[in-house]
Amino acid sequence: MKTKTVKVKKKRKESEIVFLLMLLPGVIYLIINNYLPMFGLIIAFKKINFSKGILGSDWAGFDNFKFLFKTKDAWIITRNTLLYNIVFIVLNLVLGVLFAIVLNEIRSNVLKKSYQTILLLPQVVSMVIVAYMAYSFLSYENGFINNSILKPLGMKEVSWYKEPKYWPFILTFIQAWKSIGFNTILFLASVVGIDTSLYEAAEVDGATRVQQIMKITVPLLKPTMIVLGLLSVGKIFYSDFGLFLQVPMSSGSLFNVTQTIDTYVYRGMTSVTNIGMSSAAAFYQSFVGFLVVLGSNALVRKLDSDSALF
Amino acid sequence: MKKRNRGFQIFSIVFLAIACIMIIIPFLLLIISSFTDENALMTDGYSFFPKKWSLGAYEYVFGSSGMIVKSYGYSVIVTAVGTVLSLVITGLMAYPLSRKDFRYRNFFTFMVFFTMLFNGGLVSQYIMWTQLIVVKNTILAYIIPNLLMSGFNVMIIRNFFSNDIPFEIIEAAKIDGSGEFNTFLKIVLPMSKPIFAAIGILTALGYWNNWTNGLYFITKPELYTFQNLLNRMIQQVNFLSSGSTVINSSQVKIPSVGIRMAIATIGVVPLMVMYPFFQKYFAKGLTVGAVKG
Repeated sequence: MKTKTVKVKKKRKESEIVFLLMLLPGVIYLIINNYLPMFGLIIAFKKINFSKGILGSDWAGFDNFKFLFKTKDAWIITRNTLLYNIVFIVLNLVLGVLFAIVLNEIRSNVLKKSYQTILLLPQVVSMVIVAYMAYSFLSYENGFINNSILKPLGMKEVSWYKEPKYWPFILTFIQAWKSIGFNTILFLASVVGIDTSLYEAAEVDGATRVQQIMKITVPLLKPTMIVLGLLSVGKIFYSDFGLFLQVPMSSGSLFNVTQTIDTYVYRGMTSVTNIGMSSAAAFYQSFVGFLVVLGSNALVRKLDSDSALF
Repeated sequence: MKKRNRGFQIFSIVFLAIACIMIIIPFLLLIISSFTDENALMTDGYSFFPKKWSLGAYEYVFGSSGMIVKSYGYSVIVTAVGTVLSLVITGLMAYPLSRKDFRYRNFFTFMVFFTMLFNGGLVSQYIMWTQLIVVKNTILAYIIPNLLMSGFNVMIIRNFFSNDIPFEIIEAAKIDGSGEFNTFLKIVLPMSKPIFAAIGILTALGYWNNWTNGLYFITKPELYTFQNLLNRMIQQVNFLSSGSTVINSSQVKIPSVGIRMAIATIGVVPLMVMYPFFQKYFAKGLTVGAVKG
């Protein structure tokens, strides 16, 4: 009896060692890639000098933050990041639900599959490619819009990459274009899963299809919408770096409406004079972003604990 | 009543047809532009109905510049090596975390999980990979930073292991004298093919489409992957048209209007051709990650 428990214990020890060895590569990676940079956030409080290293650089207190928040950049990048994200979140929910409902109406399986495949296509290409596509439409000299639409109509050509007023719409459109397929399939499963007898009952009562959708489908999707919406709110301090860096092609006259926290941090990082403010902005993003994730997750947990991150 | 349903169905078919056309149009313009004669491009711009077709752009791409072919090769290598490594590390990490009888499970799960909530930001990550562990201007810069393992993927695979693989099977193997690693390799992994396919597709696409690592860590044009070459070219187009900087002749040669689109097309078409085949796993990977992390 005793030897058996000893054996079991030994077995247990053995599996533990195996498990720890399996974890090892991942743990090392997380430490280097994720945890050390977290400590690296202290550079926001330092006067960065690459020759002295992070730890060796002199302390600067809150100077970097003071400089950052004195510029109007701090306000612009926060405003842009938040406003674009709010628009994207709402639009993605509305379009996702709309497309999922409409897609579910289609009887032919072949057609349904083809539509779904096409809608998801932009998701597989990189933002660099998307920037090329946008350029083929918007280029001043060679662009499709100027040459094949505005000119034949006798309208004046537009210098798209120099006119900030169009860019909130352009970026919103491109964002929707790229992610529509993804947002559709997020809701498709919930739409398909709705009990068909509900619709049959409504039909007997004489409800039109549109009424059925407004009174049955949409209310039943509401919980999913709220949860997915809140989860995206958790990421509201992070912008789509590629969208804002690549698509406007770093045109300086557009910065007012295209610069977000992520592009600001990147641009500051590549210049020697701004790296202090850049690291302060990165710190600001990490911490506020962290608080927002915690907040939104607490709300999600209250509404639907299964969907919460934790 | 049937008729009214018909009406809505026709509406749905037409609505989605229009949406799909809008999805496809930019792809189409890109591809057609690459087959358009350079002079036609200069006079009429990018057009769906070019006055003159030409293969000139492709002749240039495959003929004179070895750089494009080479960058394509780098992309293939990075994607293949990165995806395999990533799946190995992610799978190895996910499995112990799925085992309820593993004593340190909570500690390590938290370690993975916390990276999903909080991160050190770009600047300190950049310093990490350029000062402490130097990957700058090596091919490792494409494979390791950020892309190699994500907390999300570990959690997704862990959830698959704990929900879809009956613990009885693992116990039975144990009783038969199978060691833990052997069980993982011979029993758990073969049962987990669907989830690895889904995550693998996402990871491979992530590597193939990644341009940020090259942007941060690679300054030598001869080490560019395809995405970085594209990225570099579009940036030079930009400062060409703004006319502010004199182009240094030692820099990447700037292809003319049509060639640029040809190169982008070479980047897109293989994906479009393969896409219908991996679409199923791709869609699955996207939703499994989004709905429940």
